[in-house]
Amino acid sequence: MALKTEEMVLNMGPQHPSTHGVLRLELQLEGEIIKDVIPHIGYLHRCFEKHSEAMTYPQVIPYTDRMDYLASMYNEFGYALAMERLMGIEVPERVEYIRVIMGELQRIASHLVALGTYGADIGAFTPFLFCFRDRERILHLFEITCGARLLYNYIWIGGLSNDLHPDFIRLTKEFIKDFKPNLKELNDLLSFNAIFIERTADVGILPLETAINYGVTGPNLRASGMKWDLRKDDPYSVYNKFDYEIPVGSGEKGKIGDCWDRYFIRVREMEESLKIIEQAIEQIPDGDVKSAIPKRVKPPEGQIYTRVENPRGELGYFIISDGSLNPSRVKVRAPSFVTMQVFPELCKGFMVADVVAILGSIDIVLGEIDR
Amino acid sequence: MGILDKEFSEGNIVIAKTDDLFNWARLSSLWQVGFGLACCAIEMMATSASHYDFDRFGVIPRPSPRQSDIIIISGTVTLKMATRIKRLYEQMPDPKYVISMGSCANCGGPYWEHGYHVLKGVDRVIPVDVYVPGCPPRPEALLEGLMKLQEKVRNESMIKKSA
Amino acid sequence: MKTSEEILNILKDKFGDSIIELKSDKPIDSFVLAAPLEVDKICMFLRDNSDLQFDSLMNLSGVDDANGEKVKDNKGTETINGGTLSVWYHLESTKLKHKFTLKVSTERAKPEVTSVTEIWKCADWHEREAYDMYGIIFLNHPDLRRILMPYDWEHGYPLRKDYRNPEFYQGMKVPY
Repeated sequence: MALKTEEMVLNMGPQHPSTHGVLRLELQLEGEIIKDVIPHIGYLHRCFEKHSEAMTYPQVIPYTDRMDYLASMYNEFGYALAMERLMGIEVPERVEYIRVIMGELQRIASHLVALGTYGADIGAFTPFLFCFRDRERILHLFEITCGARLLYNYIWIGGLSNDLHPDFIRLTKEFIKDFKPNLKELNDLLSFNAIFIERTADVGILPLETAINYGVTGPNLRASGMKWDLRKDDPYSVYNKFDYEIPVGSGEKGKIGDCWDRYFIRVREMEESLKIIEQAIEQIPDGDVKSAIPKRVKPPEGQIYTRVENPRGELGYFIISDGSLNPSRVKVRAPSFVTMQVFPELCKGFMVADVVAILGSIDIVLGEIDR
Repeated sequence: MGILDKEFSEGNIVIAKTDDLFNWARLSSLWQVGFGLACCAIEMMATSASHYDFDRFGVIPRPSPRQSDIIIISGTVTLKMATRIKRLYEQMPDPKYVISMGSCANCGGPYWEHGYHVLKGVDRVIPVDVYVPGCPPRPEALLEGLMKLQEKVRNESMIKKSA
Repeated sequence: MKTSEEILNILKDKFGDSIIELKSDKPIDSFVLAAPLEVDKICMFLRDNSDLQFDSLMNLSGVDDANGEKVKDNKGTETINGGTLSVWYHLESTKLKHKFTLKVSTERAKPEVTSVTEIWKCADWHEREAYDMYGIIFLNHPDLRRILMPYDWEHGYPLRKDYRNPEFYQGMKVPY
C-alpha cells in the first residue's frame, strides 16, 4: 500500500532568485513530486502593443529593444526587416553584413547570460562570473558602435544609426581569438561536470511531437531533435552566404530533448555564431549605411508577418498598416511566450528541485513573455 | 578609515561615537533583496558580476526580504507587481532602504504616457531613498547610487532624540 | 508546397459557404477570410489533410478593425459602435514548408470565435491574450481568463481603440 500523502500548493515567485524575472508558478505537489504547474504571467506587462499604435514607425524601435532585453539587436533586426518588406526597401549590402554580425554577437551574449544563470541556478556560481566576463567584451563592442550597453536603437528601418567604429573589426577579431579557449574552459567547468550532468540529464524531456504542437521553436526545438532554423529554412538577410551548421540535440548524456541537450545546444550555437562572424568580417563590403533610410516612413495599406531566428526562437512581427504614419496594429509572436506554455508538461512527475533546472533550460525572458 | 588606523597604531583603544560605529558597520554590509524586475535587472546582475563586483561594497543578494537591508527596484513596476513590491518592502526589517533604479521605477520611463498597466514611479507605493536615472543606468551609475545611499546612512543617528 | 490560391480551392471544395474570399490585392501577404464559428473545423482540416499538413500555428492575433461608427459624447470621449473585431491565424507546415494566413471577423457587440486550442496547443495562451486585450470570446476554450492584466481588472479591454484608462486601480493612481 502506498504511503498516504496530501496534495500541497506551493507558490513560487514572483520574487524568486531562479524564476529569471517576475514569473509566478503555482506548483501542485504530492510530497516532493510535481502533479501540475500553473504559470501566472503578466507581472511585467508593459503595454508594448498599445505604445506601438501611438508611435510612428521609427519610434517603435526603442520599444522593441525593451521586450527581449537580452537580445535587443535581434528584436530591432526583426522589426526593421518586417518594415522593409512592407515598404519594399532594398538595403545596402554593408548594412546586411553589419546586422548579421551584430545579431550573432547578440546571440552569443544572450546565450552567455542563459548559460551563466543556468549554472548559478543549479548551484555552480563560477561559470556565471566567467560568462559575464566574456559578455562584457561583447557589450563593449556594442558600446563603441552605438553608445549603449543594453538597449541600442541601432538597427533602423532601411539602415543603421551609424557605421562601425574604426576599431570594431580589430576588437571583434581579438574577442573571437580570446573567446574560443574560454568556451572550452566553460565546457570543462560546467558542461561535462559530473554533478551538472547528474542534475540535468534525463530531466524535463520534451518529445518532438509535443514541441511542434506547442509551437516551441529555437534551441528548445532543435534540442528535441528537429533541424529547424529560420536562418536556413526561411532565409533572410545574407545568412545564405555563410557556411555554418545547425546543431541538433543528440541525447548524448540522457534522452533527446532533456535539459542537458537544451543547455548544450546553446554552447554549440555559440561556436556556430563565431563561424558566421568570422566569415562576415572577412567579406564585409564598403558602402553607406544610411543611404536607404527613408525620410518619411509611410508604408502602403496592407499587412505582413515576418519572422527571424532570435536567440530564443522564432520572433515574429505581425504589422498592419492603414496607410498612415502610425501602425494600426503590431503583434509580436514572442518565442518565450509560446515556449512557456509547454513548461507544465515538462515538469509533471519530476521533483521540486528540478523545476529550477527545467525553467533555466528553456531560457525565458519575462520582458518578452509579458511585453 | 584613516581615523581608526591612527587609533590602532597608538594604542589598543578605539574611541568612536556609537552612532559612527553602528553606521560604519551598517553601510559596509548592505544586503540586498535578490530581486530583479526588467531590463535594469540585467545591468544589476552585470554590476554584481566580474567587472564591477558589487560584493566589494558589502552588497550581497539575499533570497529573502527578511534578511535584507536594501531593495533595488530594478525595472518597470506594473500594477500587478506593485502590490507584491509593497508586501516585499513590508517584510523587510527596519532600518531599510530603497534604491529606485532606472527611469521606469523613477517615473514610468518610456511607458509614462500610454502605459495602461505601468505604475508611474515606484514612489507611489513605497518610499524611495535614492533615484538612479538612466534607461538602463550603467553599472557605474548604480554604484554611484549605492555610494549616495552609504553617505545617507553615515549621517543617520539611531539614538532616539529626546524632544 | 502549395500557394494560397491552391489551398483556397481545396478549402472551397470542402467547406463552401464558410470560406468567404481570398484577398490578395493589398501588398505582400494574401489571406483567406472565413466564418468565425466554423474556424475550428477548417483548422482541423488544414492540419489533418495530407496535402496541407499545417502542423504549426505560428501566430494568432486579435485585431480591432475600428471600422464601426465613432460616437463622441459631450465630454469628448469617443466610443466605437458596431463594426468588427478580427482574429488572424498564421499557419505553417514544417513538413511541406508552406504558409497560409486565415482571418475571421466577428461582431464587435458580440465577438465570438470558436477555439482552436484542441488543434494546436500553443493557441491556448494566444487566445487568452486576445480575450484579455480585445474581449473576443473563444468558444470551447478550456480556461478563458485574463492572462496579462490582473485577474480582477474591470476596466475593459485595453487594446481596443476606444479604451480609456481608469483613474485608480486598487488605490493606485494609474495616469501619470
